[in-house]
Amino acid sequence: MSFPLLTATAVAPALGAVVTAAVPAARRTTAKWLAFGFSLLTLALAAAVVLRFDTAPGADRFQLTESRSWIPDFGVRYELGVDGIGVAMIALTAVLIPFLIGAGWNDADPVEGEAPANRRWRPTQGFFALILMVEAMVILSFAATDVFLFYIFFEAMLIPMYFLIGGFGDRAGEQGEEGQARQRSYAAVKFLLYNLAGGLVMLAAVIGLYVATADQLPEGTFSLQAILEARQSGELDFAADTERWLFLGFFLAFAVKAPLWPLHTWLPNAMGESTAPVAVLITAVVDKVGTFAMLRFCLGMFPEASEWATPVVVGLALVSIIYGALLAIGQRDMKRLIAYASISHFGFIVLGVFAMTSQGHGGATLYMINHGIATAALMLVAGFLIARRGSRLIADYGGVQKTAPVLAGTFLIGGLATLSLPGTGPFVSEFLVLVSAFSRWQAVGIIACTGIVLAALYVLLLYQRTMTGPVKAGLEKLPDLRVREIAVVAPLIVLLVFLGVYPKPLTEILDPAVEHTMSDVDRTDPQPQHDVSEVEAAE
Amino acid sequence: MNPGELQAPDIEWSALSPSLIVFTAAVLGVLVEAFVPRRSRYVAEVVLSALALAGAFAAVVVLASGGHATSEAQIAGMGSLAVDGPALFLQGVIVLVGLVSVFLFAERRLEPAAHGAAVDSFAAQPAAVPGGQAEQEAVRAGHTTTEIFPLLLFAVGGMLLFPAANDLLVLFIALEVLSLPLYLLCALARRRRLLSQEAAVKYFLLGAFASAFLLFGIAMLYGYAGSLSYARIGDVVRGEPSALDPGLAGTMGNDALLLIGGAMILVGLLFKVGAVPFHMWTPDVYQGAPTPVTGFMAAATKVAAFGAILRLLYVVLPGLRWDWEPVLWGVAIASMVAGAVIAITQTDVKRLLAYSSIAHAGFILSGVVAVSEDGVSSVLFYLGAYSFVTLGAFAVVTLVRDAGGEATHLSKWAGLGRRSPLLASVFALFLLAFAGIPLTSGFAGKFAVFRAAADAGAMGLVIVGVIASAIAAFFYVRVIVLMFFSEPKAEGPSVVIPSPLTMSVVALAAAVTVVLGVAPQYFLDLASQAGVFVR
Repeated sequence: MSFPLLTATAVAPALGAVVTAAVPAARRTTAKWLAFGFSLLTLALAAAVVLRFDTAPGADRFQLTESRSWIPDFGVRYELGVDGIGVAMIALTAVLIPFLIGAGWNDADPVEGEAPANRRWRPTQGFFALILMVEAMVILSFAATDVFLFYIFFEAMLIPMYFLIGGFGDRAGEQGEEGQARQRSYAAVKFLLYNLAGGLVMLAAVIGLYVATADQLPEGTFSLQAILEARQSGELDFAADTERWLFLGFFLAFAVKAPLWPLHTWLPNAMGESTAPVAVLITAVVDKVGTFAMLRFCLGMFPEASEWATPVVVGLALVSIIYGALLAIGQRDMKRLIAYASISHFGFIVLGVFAMTSQGHGGATLYMINHGIATAALMLVAGFLIARRGSRLIADYGGVQKTAPVLAGTFLIGGLATLSLPGTGPFVSEFLVLVSAFSRWQAVGIIACTGIVLAALYVLLLYQRTMTGPVKAGLEKLPDLRVREIAVVAPLIVLLVFLGVYPKPLTEILDPAVEHTMSDVDRTDPQPQHDVSEVEAAE
Repeated sequence: MNPGELQAPDIEWSALSPSLIVFTAAVLGVLVEAFVPRRSRYVAEVVLSALALAGAFAAVVVLASGGHATSEAQIAGMGSLAVDGPALFLQGVIVLVGLVSVFLFAERRLEPAAHGAAVDSFAAQPAAVPGGQAEQEAVRAGHTTTEIFPLLLFAVGGMLLFPAANDLLVLFIALEVLSLPLYLLCALARRRRLLSQEAAVKYFLLGAFASAFLLFGIAMLYGYAGSLSYARIGDVVRGEPSALDPGLAGTMGNDALLLIGGAMILVGLLFKVGAVPFHMWTPDVYQGAPTPVTGFMAAATKVAAFGAILRLLYVVLPGLRWDWEPVLWGVAIASMVAGAVIAITQTDVKRLLAYSSIAHAGFILSGVVAVSEDGVSSVLFYLGAYSFVTLGAFAVVTLVRDAGGEATHLSKWAGLGRRSPLLASVFALFLLAFAGIPLTSGFAGKFAVFRAAADAGAMGLVIVGVIASAIAAFFYVRVIVLMFFSEPKAEGPSVVIPSPLTMSVVALAAAVTVVLGVAPQYFLDLASQAGVFVR
């Protein structure tokens, strides 16, 4: 058996988490560098995954597969494998984490002058260990091709995430330390309960899946590959009712995670109360598991039910797009604004997934990546700004571009990427999603387009209110970005522009996977409505 | 089976060795109390109990590896006791739980020493009136109650017989042997003695009531079948009374007696597992009893009583399946929902765990309802996993103390994660296991019973179970929030550093929780090999 590269990619951060957590309380800096080192190691391994992945036509759908017996009694195998989408998502995760660690370098240090309750209390070590733990679980859930295995990591990642949200927040705030702690634990509990409830519904569906496959196949299975193959060969054919219930069970969990309106309400709380790197971790990495899973599991295993649900899902996606954008415009809190903007963007992703055209699927997967990077850039700069002033309220800022031009500039670029300015990565993906929506249902495409206009509003208004105008009192001596902060943001911006101008390396990896998904759902792209020859004749 | 064979006068000593060892040690323990000087009783009792339970476990292992769990399964003791897979598996679990409980009982570093003598969590002189002259003298003299160890052994002995009983009378005797010492143990708390005595009285009265139900049900079934033996009643239920005893055929088979009797026996057993609507005693008793006793009781009684329920339903009453299945559906749903919902409002950690145990009884029942080999083995696995999580959780509760003894009110647990991160993390692990988060034993168990239920077509139970789990997660998470995200109180409790006895219990429970969550296959295999009842 060849070297288990995917396992290694996940074990590296998990090992890093253990090592980081074990560093003594006084050696905080050591812990930070260790965590950073392990995140780089993970990145290197992820790079190896990308390089080893064969994009040639006719290559296997799932590559770098590993398969070991785990709990035969439950029919569960430790099965990993990636298609192009999985590779891209793992790469995104591995790329973002080192930046998040860099951005959160001092976020979890104990407040100076405050005596620790216990000499073994090590918040800094814990913070970085938890981030690495989340990374390990996310990578495993992107790589799992066994439904049960996926479920395990999908659920297990909630626990470290929960401690990250509840345990670490911005310094001080208008409500004072105690009020903020209360808000934070509220946000953490809300996050956990929403996701746990969704996950438990999925558990019922996972069990149902086993029972349903056990009915028709020689024995029940959780293996995605086995299920897909059996479906292709016609061996497995769920009854319509069964398929719909199973689909709903899975979809609900993913819709909570994604999050789709009306299951989104935990996201603004969670992103608002946590520190900027954790907020990015939630929206750019963890939530992507939800949309990724829709594409891989819902569409793959239940194509007919997916089609049955499409009108409703697309409707919810449209509501998410518009509702998220409208609420973003109305926010007074910078981080919550970005959270609502993300809800709007997740609407686009879901729309792309359920448009069921190759452009839609390609656009949706590209969107996941570009949104991850763009949100990371915007949110991290916002986090730097908030750390300087000690407030998340937009009204507390003004004229920042005069005192901190670099900060303002990077903020603007992150913002423009968020509103999908041509030339930045998100533009390509949003364009593809819109094209696919138009080609399926014109009205949907038109409604979705208003999302772009609204995006311009919330981003530019945010920039105008915080960065331009007269310098607000208390901001006269606002320090500009430090070297560490620039080092974190600059590469992200470079990536955004690069993917905007030259997305080909990414699409090369994604395309074969998109074709496979299209064949899963047994759909072809709709033909243009006007006959080309007619148009030519008219000319 | 030919009834003539059952009359053979020999007793299979080796096949019954686990319970015999425990009972012998219990009797020896009483003799130790009578003849060994007070100062060396503690050591003698602890060593005796630990050795006996370890020996009993070894006997279980020898029997199981000798094939008694599978091919060599037999009915021993003139038809009164089964030695088969489920019995041996559960006996193994009970003996281990008992052994671990001995460690908890023997812990003497938590209470401040009374006049130079280390004391445990049990009353100095239980017979003395709380707060009276005699009690003060006993405390001053540093007396301790070493009788707890023989009592524990008797209770364990009864629990070993309970799931193995193959005869209704033996079932009743086993029930009494396990219950009476527990009633006593509940009353023995060193602190808050009134609460403890109240708990014992409640438990005793309600327990006696449940025993009466059971006994009445036994009488009815005897009237129905003319026999107390499981196998013979099962035959009559299946509808062949004349094949057994042509002379009595005319008097047998009155279905009214069967239905009423079966229902009454079930009431008695469901009382012991604490399923709704027979759960009323659970919170009070869990709260009032000394915490080591609560841990032992919560873990072991549940294992033994579910064993008895399984055997009764699968061996005696399978022919009545269509009658009891809907009833148990109702009981399971009520237990899951009521346990989870009422637990939300609890403010005392022991009461919280009590309601959580009610919810878990519901989860386990959904595996019982499956009526399949998978169902049996999933219940066995769940019981094993659950009992260790429970023991660990209660062991942690004994460690969080303030001046008034254990600080069980939840508000006092605020900020525990800051003061003692390690202990709080372990407790969080147990809570997550209760909640059924993947990679803990609780998840593996829950998945096993739910899958068995779904396989048997009880998808409705699974869906209710999943919803109840989501509700239950709320209060488990609430405790975690309290421990980790709340500011520690200035006058809050501190965590006492225990002796290696309690430490090893907590460590073992945590290890079992993780191992059964990450690599449960070996134990699932054991449970599935043990899934067949001998008839």
